[in-house]
Amino acid sequence: MFIPQGYAHMLLDGILMTVRLSLGALVVSTLLGLMMALAKISASRALYAIAALYTTVIRGIPDLALMLLVFYSLQIGLNQVTDYLGWRQLDIDPFSAGVLTLGVIYGAYFTETFRGAFIAVPGGQLEAGRAFGLSGWQCFRLIMFPQMMRFALPGISNNWLILVKATALVSLIGLSDVTRAAQNAGKGSGQLFFYLVLAALFYLLVTTVSSVVLWWLGKRYNIGVREAEL
Amino acid sequence: MKEILQEYGMAYLWNDGYQFSGLLVTLWLLVLSLAMGFVLSLPLAVARASGVRWLSRTVWCFTYVVRGTPLYIQLLIIYTGVYSLDFVRSLPLLNGFFRNGFYCAVLALGLNTTAFTTEVFAGAIKGIAYGEVEAALAYGLSGFTLYRKVILPAALRRALPLYSNEVILMLHATSIAFTATVADLLKVAGDVNAATYQSFQAYGIAAVIYLATTCVFIALFRQGEKRWLAFTRPRGR
Amino acid sequence: MEKLVIDSFSKSYGGNQVLRGVSLRARAGDVVSLIGASGSGKSTLLRCINFLEHPDDGAFFFDGRLIPMVRDNKGGMRIADGNTLAHIRTRLSMVFQHFNLWSHLTALENIMLAPLSVLKQSKAEARERAQHYLDKVGLPPHVATAYPAHMSGGQQQRVAIARALAMEPEVMLFDEPTSALDPELVGEVLKVMQVLADEGRTMIVVTHEMGFARQVSSQVLFLHQGLIEEQGTPAEVLGNPQSERLRSFLHGNLK
Repeated sequence: MFIPQGYAHMLLDGILMTVRLSLGALVVSTLLGLMMALAKISASRALYAIAALYTTVIRGIPDLALMLLVFYSLQIGLNQVTDYLGWRQLDIDPFSAGVLTLGVIYGAYFTETFRGAFIAVPGGQLEAGRAFGLSGWQCFRLIMFPQMMRFALPGISNNWLILVKATALVSLIGLSDVTRAAQNAGKGSGQLFFYLVLAALFYLLVTTVSSVVLWWLGKRYNIGVREAEL
Repeated sequence: MKEILQEYGMAYLWNDGYQFSGLLVTLWLLVLSLAMGFVLSLPLAVARASGVRWLSRTVWCFTYVVRGTPLYIQLLIIYTGVYSLDFVRSLPLLNGFFRNGFYCAVLALGLNTTAFTTEVFAGAIKGIAYGEVEAALAYGLSGFTLYRKVILPAALRRALPLYSNEVILMLHATSIAFTATVADLLKVAGDVNAATYQSFQAYGIAAVIYLATTCVFIALFRQGEKRWLAFTRPRGR
Repeated sequence: MEKLVIDSFSKSYGGNQVLRGVSLRARAGDVVSLIGASGSGKSTLLRCINFLEHPDDGAFFFDGRLIPMVRDNKGGMRIADGNTLAHIRTRLSMVFQHFNLWSHLTALENIMLAPLSVLKQSKAEARERAQHYLDKVGLPPHVATAYPAHMSGGQQQRVAIARALAMEPEVMLFDEPTSALDPELVGEVLKVMQVLADEGRTMIVVTHEMGFARQVSSQVLFLHQGLIEEQGTPAEVLGNPQSERLRSFLHGNLK
């Protein structure tokens, strides 16, 4: 199957966009997830309430609905703010909107993943840390975090795979990702079916590679754990 | 906001004057695709959990591909990609089917949920305590009856929490149907947005309706779990 | 010189009064055994010493000095100055019933962690010290690079003791150190503890091992329902129990 050069270029640009978007959203959602998970396990009721509201609302609304809501409202909202302040109109580029939206959405899922992982770490581990005089931050950095990662990995890999597939939706808010590129190439060449299947194969490749990487990470973080011999 | 609700409220919920629309269509999509998924996934899950290697592998290939690619692309392939093929357009039956956005949406959603549900049920079947199966075999149960009376009831009950998750995810997944011109919740929201330019309200209302529906489903499932999974809870609660 | 003095600690959880005014004095070189039935408050008392639990009332003296305490918003007493608490914790070391070794670190790393992070030692110093104490508790060199999950209970507890020793504490706290071990592994841990006692270390041990209490300790405290029922030398308390309760407790614990 021969792909004309012009279309190949389009597809590669689309692939690049998708990859950048996925990784950007991953960074945002992981950081947000960690913060909110800490809020959820903290002693503060106010922090818990904020985090609980965040996860409930975000996970109760479809990704696409949130994306459209944020994408359209964000620009309008920003315009109102800049008008009010008398500044020049700031344009949010679709890429940043996409990264932020996906980041905020998947931050909610990562929150639950990290929260479950935090509470899975046996209390005795941290107690020993405190008993030896480690500060709160040291306990988190040296004891809680490394152990938490082991429990968080299945959830992280699950969320990542869902996130990657969700990036296909950004073509609906105008981003030139691999889906949009495939559609354009397909319509232009009259071989829509072929190019769409190609795009699907790209995603399949990403999910396969991701699974391998995550399996390797799982082995690395599982040191010191005795798994049942199944 | 009030005007939007007054003018478009009915459209968001069930009818926009020409056709059924909004939440009603969304729920109808959900019911149809879940039904298809449930019915197809039962035999597929049994195959997937069986010891027959080639059978299990074949089903795995199907679920792997469908789970590894975005639903949106699957919908595009079915709605726009398949229809672009000449041989599809030449056969009146296929032509009629793939031209219809609603049919394509149900097919795409149905196949997608079949793949995920198959994995969920297969996992639940494999996870049954072997002792229970042994007891059934010892009493002479086998084949179809074994599955119908012992394995599937136990597996399906245990799969309930995961399946309830899948239902919620499917509810959210239906939101892409509007790209196939189906008049679901987001399509109405888009139309309202185009008519009024009040994006926040237009999409916000749809978001709230999704949220409320999700909460209702979660509450229903919690009741269901209480009733059907009572046997897994510790006594005296 | 009195290393540690607890004056009338009391503690309750909800309606349950676990400690009702318990006092304890430990001089340098003392080995204090806390014995009693489950629920008598002995572990709670021990955990109050390094403030893993917060007493509701009482006074605390360390190295002869009164440590100022304030009441927190949950009603417990905590050490007023956070730095003082941190300092005291570095001078006390605890060995836990369930070892609580950090499962993602090797034995050597477990022993090195606190000296590195809290005492701010260099990696070389910490490693040398860790190796020294690992030898001291009688563990062969190959254990140094093993993970807790791959060791026996007895080995894990000995690593935990080495971890406690590496901080070179003034007072060592042992919370039922052998209760979670299989009977055949108890001996190796008790042997190490005996060596430490013979060296003149100050130890406070919550234990069910009457043999250890009799042979090694200099003071025995028998707790019952949050109060000290009897205290004295092992000969007095274990050899010549005065109270009925202590007699029936010892009878039930005859080894």
